[in-house]
Amino acid sequence: MALLEIAGLSLRFGGVTALQNVSFSVEAGALSAIIGPNGAGKTSLLNCISGVYRPQQGKIVFDGRDVTPLRPAARTRLGIARTFQNIALFKGMTVLDNLLIGRHCHQKTGVLGGGLYYGLGEREEIRDRARIEEIIDFLEIQPIRKQVVHTLAYGLQKRVELARALALEPRLLLLDEPMAGMNAEEKEDMARFVLDLSEERGTTIVMIEHDMGVVMDLSHRVVVLNFGQKIADGTPEEVQGSREVQLAYLGGEAAA
Amino acid sequence: MTVALAGADTFPKLLARNAERLGAQAALREKDFGIWRETSWRVYHQRVRHFSLGLVALGLSRGGKVAIVGDNRPEWVIAELAAQSAGGASVGIYQDSNLTEVGFVIDHSDARFVVAEDQEQVDKILGMIEQLPKVTHVIYSDPRGLRRYHHEKLLSFDEVERRGRELANEKPRLYEENVAQGSGGDLAMICYTSGTTGQPKGAMLSFSNLLTMALNLHQVDPRKPGDEFVSFLPLAWIGEQMMSVATALAIGFTVNFPEEPETALHDIREIGPHVLFAPPRIWEGLNSTVQVKIMDTTRIKRFLYERLMPVGHKVADLRLKHGRVPFFWRALYFVADLLLYRPLKDRLGLLRLRSGTTGGAALGPDVFRFFHAMGVRLKQIYGQTEISGISCIHPDDAIKFHTVGKPIPQTEVRISERGEILSRSPSVFIGYYKNDAATRDALSGGWLHSGDAGYLEDDGQLVVIDRLKDVLSLADGTQFSPQYIENRLKFSPFVKEAVVIGKDRPYLTGLVCIDSAVVGKWAEKQKISYTTYTDLSAKGQVYDLLQKEIDKVNETLPAAARIRKFVLLYKELDADDEELTRTRKVRRAFVEERYRAIISALYGDQERIAIDTTIKFQDGKTARIQANLSVRRLEAGGA
Repeated sequence: MALLEIAGLSLRFGGVTALQNVSFSVEAGALSAIIGPNGAGKTSLLNCISGVYRPQQGKIVFDGRDVTPLRPAARTRLGIARTFQNIALFKGMTVLDNLLIGRHCHQKTGVLGGGLYYGLGEREEIRDRARIEEIIDFLEIQPIRKQVVHTLAYGLQKRVELARALALEPRLLLLDEPMAGMNAEEKEDMARFVLDLSEERGTTIVMIEHDMGVVMDLSHRVVVLNFGQKIADGTPEEVQGSREVQLAYLGGEAAA
Repeated sequence: MTVALAGADTFPKLLARNAERLGAQAALREKDFGIWRETSWRVYHQRVRHFSLGLVALGLSRGGKVAIVGDNRPEWVIAELAAQSAGGASVGIYQDSNLTEVGFVIDHSDARFVVAEDQEQVDKILGMIEQLPKVTHVIYSDPRGLRRYHHEKLLSFDEVERRGRELANEKPRLYEENVAQGSGGDLAMICYTSGTTGQPKGAMLSFSNLLTMALNLHQVDPRKPGDEFVSFLPLAWIGEQMMSVATALAIGFTVNFPEEPETALHDIREIGPHVLFAPPRIWEGLNSTVQVKIMDTTRIKRFLYERLMPVGHKVADLRLKHGRVPFFWRALYFVADLLLYRPLKDRLGLLRLRSGTTGGAALGPDVFRFFHAMGVRLKQIYGQTEISGISCIHPDDAIKFHTVGKPIPQTEVRISERGEILSRSPSVFIGYYKNDAATRDALSGGWLHSGDAGYLEDDGQLVVIDRLKDVLSLADGTQFSPQYIENRLKFSPFVKEAVVIGKDRPYLTGLVCIDSAVVGKWAEKQKISYTTYTDLSAKGQVYDLLQKEIDKVNETLPAAARIRKFVLLYKELDADDEELTRTRKVRRAFVEERYRAIISALYGDQERIAIDTTIKFQDGKTARIQANLSVRRLEAGGA
């Protein structure tokens, strides 16, 4: 059964149409990629799924439930987590604190309970720290656990952002250009983590990525957007063979 | 201070004794998932017992070898002691070795069991399992990524322990009987030494070799039960074996394993070890970290650092040279300690450090002084794998930065006629595994031949010069090591490169390249104006500065092997000009050929040398250089 279903999504900013009647679905456990030239609407689509943008038309169904009217925080509680194209971490805080914030939606203690600490607060702190340590181990970021985020190299910040998304224990993980701006080695590491996430942990992943090598190697399925419209949707091989995709990427008159 | 081992003459017997004596105290500690997890002596003993019986159940017999490869983890030492408990021996393999090296060691040592930490190591072994017919079992301890591996020879650490528990239920006395059969003369481990030429050689060490070494070292550099030690150097290396296994068992201190190799320095701070043994690069790293951080810190901290550091230097010099510190300086040091050194040592994790040692290579005197200034009494040690790791250490009351100290008890050191360092002690190894010819060479005449050149100073302290084969001689037969002198010159921040010349010549001379960044900054402060590297290196004041540096080095050298004349080269030695290798080693023959004119001037009466040459830039362009080099004469050796 499809974990995520998108039907007839349209998004407009005044006169600009960012997305036009986009539909596709993501099977549970699949690794899907969204590609397309600059301005094709990839990030807008991701923003619609995570709830940052409210589409004018269409429906987003997550795990059999219509989430279109829900606010981002509510969607997070259902298990949708994301990373951002431009890193959105708390720069002045340590890696550990950033990750603990990722656990916030799983904590039930209020201000009072947390302030008193003992009891539920303590149990939750210990449980959440244990979960985070597993993620730290998984992403191999032990050496930077207590470092302040802004002192870290860009590639590591990206990894921390992924770690924070994982701290939510998401059922659907949205990655917005996880490998942008990385060097070859960092990319290789990130690709390995994404693959491990998908294969070992069975996390459903939707990823926007520009590196075609990564996209074609990793993903089970590729959705291609151009000027807000879906122009192709299928396995990496099918998409590579599509004439429309070639035209969109290589230019030329899109004459039918 | 001596420690009686009470008849416990092997590692497994010591482990049993410690399990009884120290019981619930921490023997091992490993940081895992962010938390330090303890293994008590009792649990340590129990795990060794089960793993050992598991190996026996799988067919390990007395005299069998168990190869171990992986990062420093409790499982590493458990596997080692388990092999020894069953009457076998351990063979450590460096975790970053390539396939050929791993394959050679496993095959040459006749190991039937390989304990490999994780997927990375298992991949290495299984990738060449066809070429390793003697191996019957490959045991892994970290299952990550291995879930889908199915190989008939592959099994997990837990599984071996489970089989051991079964055997323990069947034959409850078997483990104790196995341990009781062992004796001090038995082979404990084979340490493969990384040969710079040819295949590595496996040095066989017995329990008594290792334990006499541990106790003799303990007499001059005591440790206590309950001390903390951080194990972060490869366990395949004798230096780490001597601390984490031999000394830890004999004395009963706690061995801490870092989370990952990259977190070692941070973990050291968390543990605050009493005992730390590290190669020079770690000490140098700590030193430069402090200097970099001081530049970025608040003005008041920097002010304190700059004002109070000289106090420490002064006190360290007084203590090292005279053994006594006048009251005035002691009082001043008390203040400096409170305001600067204690917080600084706390930051580095060195606050509780009682025994800090460096070994493996030479450490610059400035780094030595830095640590002594803040009250860390860093000592140099020296030894070979073949003498269980250590033969010399700085005595507490006479730490001289250019020596490696005096022989430890029961150890004799002398210099052969060829200038080679020879040593003799109960810790000298049994021989090389399956290599009698090499054993005979190493032990000829009853002395261990180190292959190192050195000399003894009047007070009995040993100075190591270089590998014997790299030592050259002057025309009159005086031996000298260019590399030794060059390294000492390079300890000066002003010297970037140095080439010492003198083979078959009447005296030594040096070509020196200044470090343009450091000398440039110095020149700015002195208000000396300059344009290019060539211009800067020709300044009289720069010559004066470098002369002082060379004089300092000359003072530490025997009179005949001092530098008499030097020039400052008009350009830096460069790999693009083929003067250095890509790893920045001087290509001596090439340099001597290229600067023949300068060198002949150094051995003539010329005061100045006119230079007219072309140099090549990185992009292939060339430029002409014209310069007038002056030759500086030094008051060396009085001759």
